[in-house]
Amino acid sequence: MYAYDELDRTLINERVSEFRDQVKRRLSGELTEDEFKILRLQNGVYLQLHAYMFRVAIPYGTLSSKQLRRLAHVARRYDRGYGHFTTRQNIQFNWIKLAELPDALSDLAEVGIHAMQTSGNNMRNVTSDQWAGVAPGEIEDPRIWSELIRQHTTLHPEFSFLPRKFKIAITAAEHDRAAIKIHDIGLRLHKNADGETGFEVLVGGGLGRTPFIAKTIKPFVSGRDILSYIEAILRVYNQYGRRDNIYKARIKILVHELGIEKFAKEVEEEWKAMGDVGLTLDHAAIEEVRSRFSYPAYEKLPHMPDELKQAAHDPLFERWRKNSVSAHKVQGYSIVTLSLKPVGGPPGDATAEQMDAVADLADKYSFGEIRVGHEQNLALPHVAKRDLPPLFKALDRLGLATPNVNLVTDIIACPGLDYCSLANARSIPIAQELTRRFANHDTADLIGRLHINISGCINACGHHHVGHIGILGVEKNGEEFYQITIGGRADENAQLGTLIGPAVPYAEVADVIEDIVEAYLALRDRPEELFVDTVKRLGVEPIRERVYATR
Amino acid sequence: MTSPLEQKKIRITGPSMVTANRTWDGAVVYRTAKQGWSTELSDSAIVTTSDEARALLAEATADDVGAVGPYIAPVELKDGGKVKPGNLREHIRAKGVTIDLQVPA
Repeated sequence: MYAYDELDRTLINERVSEFRDQVKRRLSGELTEDEFKILRLQNGVYLQLHAYMFRVAIPYGTLSSKQLRRLAHVARRYDRGYGHFTTRQNIQFNWIKLAELPDALSDLAEVGIHAMQTSGNNMRNVTSDQWAGVAPGEIEDPRIWSELIRQHTTLHPEFSFLPRKFKIAITAAEHDRAAIKIHDIGLRLHKNADGETGFEVLVGGGLGRTPFIAKTIKPFVSGRDILSYIEAILRVYNQYGRRDNIYKARIKILVHELGIEKFAKEVEEEWKAMGDVGLTLDHAAIEEVRSRFSYPAYEKLPHMPDELKQAAHDPLFERWRKNSVSAHKVQGYSIVTLSLKPVGGPPGDATAEQMDAVADLADKYSFGEIRVGHEQNLALPHVAKRDLPPLFKALDRLGLATPNVNLVTDIIACPGLDYCSLANARSIPIAQELTRRFANHDTADLIGRLHINISGCINACGHHHVGHIGILGVEKNGEEFYQITIGGRADENAQLGTLIGPAVPYAEVADVIEDIVEAYLALRDRPEELFVDTVKRLGVEPIRERVYATR
Repeated sequence: MTSPLEQKKIRITGPSMVTANRTWDGAVVYRTAKQGWSTELSDSAIVTTSDEARALLAEATADDVGAVGPYIAPVELKDGGKVKPGNLREHIRAKGVTIDLQVPA
C-alpha cells in the first residue's frame, strides 16, 4: 500500500472544496454548462444517457480494504448500490446526482481517493500490473514509478491541457498484464547490461477509430531520467500534436505521420535541449516514494500446506484453484483473482455488498489489500496458501469464484448503449448471452485461454481491437450490428485483430462466436494451442470459411 | 443509433421531441409545450417540421440551468396519441437499461 503524505491529503481536500463551489455555481446558473464542462471533467464527471457518471481513480490498481469499503459506501449512499470497474483501473458510478457529487468526493477524500486524472485532455491515471510487487520474476515494483509519474503530472500545466487525453502504463514483469502497447506511452522496466534499472519506452499505442500498437522509441532510459524523458515526449506532442481535429489529436497520429524514427529524433533533440530542468530523480527522491509503499510481514510458510492437500479432493475447489490462483513471489503465498464475470452478469460490476465483503476478506486473508486489473477483475495479492480453502468458500457464496479467469467467459466489455452517450450499440447483453452459451466450465476449460472484448462504438473502451475475438457494435439503418475481428492480443506480443467477415445483427452475434470457437477447436493442431496462436498459424481465412460458408 | 452528439444539421423526417438531462441530477427530461421540462415522455412537445424542431431546440437550449445537452430525437405516435421512443437509444433513456441491474450474488 502507498501512504499519502500531508501534501497529497491537502491537495485532495482542496480539490473537493473547489469542486463544491463549482457545482454550487453551476446549479445557481452562475456557470454555464460550457464553462462547467471542463471543470467537471477534471473531476471525473461525465454526462451519460441516464445520469451523470462519476469515474474514480484507483492509481496503479491498488486499494486498501478501507478504501474499498468507502467505494461501497458511495455506491450505496449516492448511487444504485453497485459500481463498474473499468479497463483502466478506475471505478465508475452510473447514477450519481450532480448535487450530491461534492459530498461523494468528500467521503472518498477521507480515505485518500479522488477523481483527478480520470477524464479530460490531460495525463490520465497511470496504470500498472495488478500483480505489481508480488509477481514472481518482476524486476521491481512498477508502482513506485507509477507514483513518481503521478506526482509529477498531477495538475502540472504541461500535462493538463494537452491536445487530447494521454495514457501511460507500466509493467515490470515478463508477461505484460498492463497492456502497455496500447497506451500513448508504454514503459517496460528492465535492467541494462550494467545491471541498472530503467525503461524501454514505447510511444504511440492506442485504439479508438485509428488503432496502433506502440513502437519502441528508446530501448533504455535510466530510471533517474524517466521524468525528463516523458516531459520531452510531451513537449514534442504539445508542439506538433494537432488540436484542430479531435480524431487526429492523439499522439499515435503524430507518431504515425512523422514516423517513429523522426519522432524519436525530435524527442531526443528536445530532451538534450532541455538540459537539466530539475527533473533528474536522485536516489533519495526514488527511495522516498519507495519507502511510502508498505509490504506485508510475510510468514515463513511451507510451499504445500496440509490444508491445500486436503482441499484438493474437492473438485470445485481444485477447478477454481487451477484457474484463479497464481504463483506469488513469496513461498507459501498466492495471488487470487476474483472474477467479476459471473454467468449472466454484467462484466466488471460489483455490488456494494460484494465490495464490503471483499474488503472483509482482504482484511482476513490478504493484509487488507485489493488489486484491480484492466481485465475488470479484482485480486487479493497476498493470500497464504493454507487460507485458500476457506477463501474459496467465502468467494463462492459471494458469486466471486467463477472459475473463468482468462477463459471465454472472462469478457471485457464497455458499458455500451445501456449507459454510454457515445455508444452505437449495446455491449453488456452480448457479453451476458455469451457467458450463458459458454457457461459449462468443462467446455470453457477445453477451449482454453480466449479473450473476448466488446465495445459499443469505435471509441473502443472495451479494447475490441486487441481481443482474441473482438466485437464492435455499429449502427446500420437504426439497427445494432456487430463487426467481429479475430487474432488480436494485448500482451507483450500485442497486435490488432483482423476482420473476419460482414457485420452481423444483434441476434446472431452469439451464434457467430460459437461458430468461430467451433472452427478453432476443429483447426487447432493440439489442445495446448491457444485460439490466438491458431489464428496466427493459419490466418483468418480457414476460420472465415467455416463460419461464413453457410451465412 | 448514431450518437446525438454527432447531430449537426437539423432535419427531421417524422414526429420528434427535444430531450436532455436535468442539470441537478442528470435525469432524462423532455421539453414540454409549456416551456418546461418533464420526466415523462408523454408530456413532451411533439414537432413535425424541421422549422418547429429548430425553434423547440433553441428554446430548450436557452434554459441552460434547467437541463444539459438538449437534442432532437424521434418519437412514434401510436393510436390514441400515445408517444413512444423512436429508436433504441431513446427507448433505453426512457425505460432504463435493457439488462438486469442486480449483479448475481
